[in-house]
Amino acid sequence: MHLRNTKYEIRNTMVKIVTKNFNLKDSYLLSTYESTGGYQAIRKAMDSMTPDQVTEEVKKSNLRGLGGAGFLAGMKWGFIPKNSTLPKYLCVNCDEAEPGTFKDKYLVSLDPHRLIEGMMIAAYAIGCHKAYIFIRGEYVRPYERLQAAVDEAYAKGYLGQKLMGKDYALEIVVHRGAGAYICGEESALLEAIEGKKGWPRLKPPFPAVVGLFGCPTVINNVETLCHVPTIIEKGAEWYAKIGTAKCGGTRIFCMSGHVKKPGIYELPMSVTLRQLIFDHAGGIRGDKKLKAVVPGGISAPILSAAEIDVGMDFDSLKAAGTMAGSAGVMVMDEDTDMVEALKVATRFFAHESCGQCSPCREGTGWMYKIVKRICDGKGRAQDINNLLSIGQNISGTTICALGDAAAMPVTSYITKFRDEFEEKCKMKNEKLKITI
Amino acid sequence: MNIPSELKNKWDLVSAKYEKKRAAMLPILRLSQDHFGYITPEVELAVAEYLETTPVHVREVVTFYELFRRKKEGKNEIRFCRTLSCSLLGAEDLLAYLKQKLGVEPGQTTPDEKFTLHTAECLGACEIAPMMQVNGDFHGPLTKEKIDEILKNL
Repeated sequence: MHLRNTKYEIRNTMVKIVTKNFNLKDSYLLSTYESTGGYQAIRKAMDSMTPDQVTEEVKKSNLRGLGGAGFLAGMKWGFIPKNSTLPKYLCVNCDEAEPGTFKDKYLVSLDPHRLIEGMMIAAYAIGCHKAYIFIRGEYVRPYERLQAAVDEAYAKGYLGQKLMGKDYALEIVVHRGAGAYICGEESALLEAIEGKKGWPRLKPPFPAVVGLFGCPTVINNVETLCHVPTIIEKGAEWYAKIGTAKCGGTRIFCMSGHVKKPGIYELPMSVTLRQLIFDHAGGIRGDKKLKAVVPGGISAPILSAAEIDVGMDFDSLKAAGTMAGSAGVMVMDEDTDMVEALKVATRFFAHESCGQCSPCREGTGWMYKIVKRICDGKGRAQDINNLLSIGQNISGTTICALGDAAAMPVTSYITKFRDEFEEKCKMKNEKLKITI
Repeated sequence: MNIPSELKNKWDLVSAKYEKKRAAMLPILRLSQDHFGYITPEVELAVAEYLETTPVHVREVVTFYELFRRKKEGKNEIRFCRTLSCSLLGAEDLLAYLKQKLGVEPGQTTPDEKFTLHTAECLGACEIAPMMQVNGDFHGPLTKEKIDEILKNL
């Protein structure tokens, strides 16, 4: 029985919503999905609910966007203009390129039909008859599983001109990316589907009004949609009770770095970072001490070892000055050189900046150059303040959030581990101990 | 440039899935790369004509995305991850080992044309860090011995 209780207690650790079929033999087959009750929720939705009722149910569930932004999924669906005569599109974001994140890879490889059913329900709710799944180009085996599942659904007559045999068309096209982190940004994703380079669009207008091919579009992360069938099957109230007051259900946390048991962990939103690291992921390897954690993908401001008694839901982490993001949890032990770690992070953003906006294009490259120079023993007195200043100038001045994302590690690593940066800047021409 | 009919048929099949011609750009480039090995200016012109767009729009896409190649590469493509979790678990040392073993820098192909090495940013496999992608498959956690074994079997 699920009880609404205090902030940091784990409620019902055995609840598995999106990973429940993962250990079944041939879990990815349509027959397996159906034998466990799959494709019933879409029937329930089409037979006994109006599209608006479906949207309301998803809103009430407090399902948040699990790609990283944490926006209420049901509310996003509600933004599709009802009186538009333009076709509506659903795009699924399987770009999954935020460092530290690998959950959607498992979902499309091991239970792709759950995603397809979630897409069907979303499409019905918003009046969409054509959906695209954007999957990053580097995911080859996952793409093969996903395409095979879509083909199975078509062969069974579940997709095509008659969704689940009813008078409602739904086509799904799997669109492969070609290697660009920026295409995980929703408007750049649309550009990539439209056959262009992934330069994000100025917003407003937002995709719900002007999206794919200029038409109303909903873009949802893979995992977000995977939660939808269970929400319809078991009801919003059941789902909302698992989690926190404003953050319903479970999510898959991705644990990596210096933990003993890296991997995926589906847990209620109410789990704390301490519990994730020490109760679930086995603690620090070699039983070393924890030094720092990135809680939600590389863009998330870093937390020190003293800050891990925080709930992993979107609102608690925001209040703690960081973000739940993509749930890419990267754990760093006591031997980690924070300046070297920042070098890796700044190099990533410099590489992935799409180049459209001057502050980001120039700023990301500049920040990497400075941090690398510090690591090479050539740090200068004004470097730290320059880094903070560049970070500030990239924030809020760009078309998309990559600029802000690039600034957050720089600002947070320097703020919380300033002495390491100062020490390295003093060590000009001295032999550096490079440990990572 | 004459596009062979077997490739043209694949172009037609994939284009039919998209509402606008130009939207078939990425899949058509991928099919062309699979066929020719890499994308030449002649291929770009043929694609531009087929999609009823300008050559520069094709060039933009080919140069923007990491996975499109503009020159011939080796039989096996190695993409070695260097982002955060992989770095935390020793990717830098292993990359140095691999570079020395193959005798190439990232972006280069071995003289026997068997391997092309690339560095990659996060490939979405941090749970097996440090890792690399070889052709379609992810391999990790890597050690020097594991790298030797993987390369030996190719």
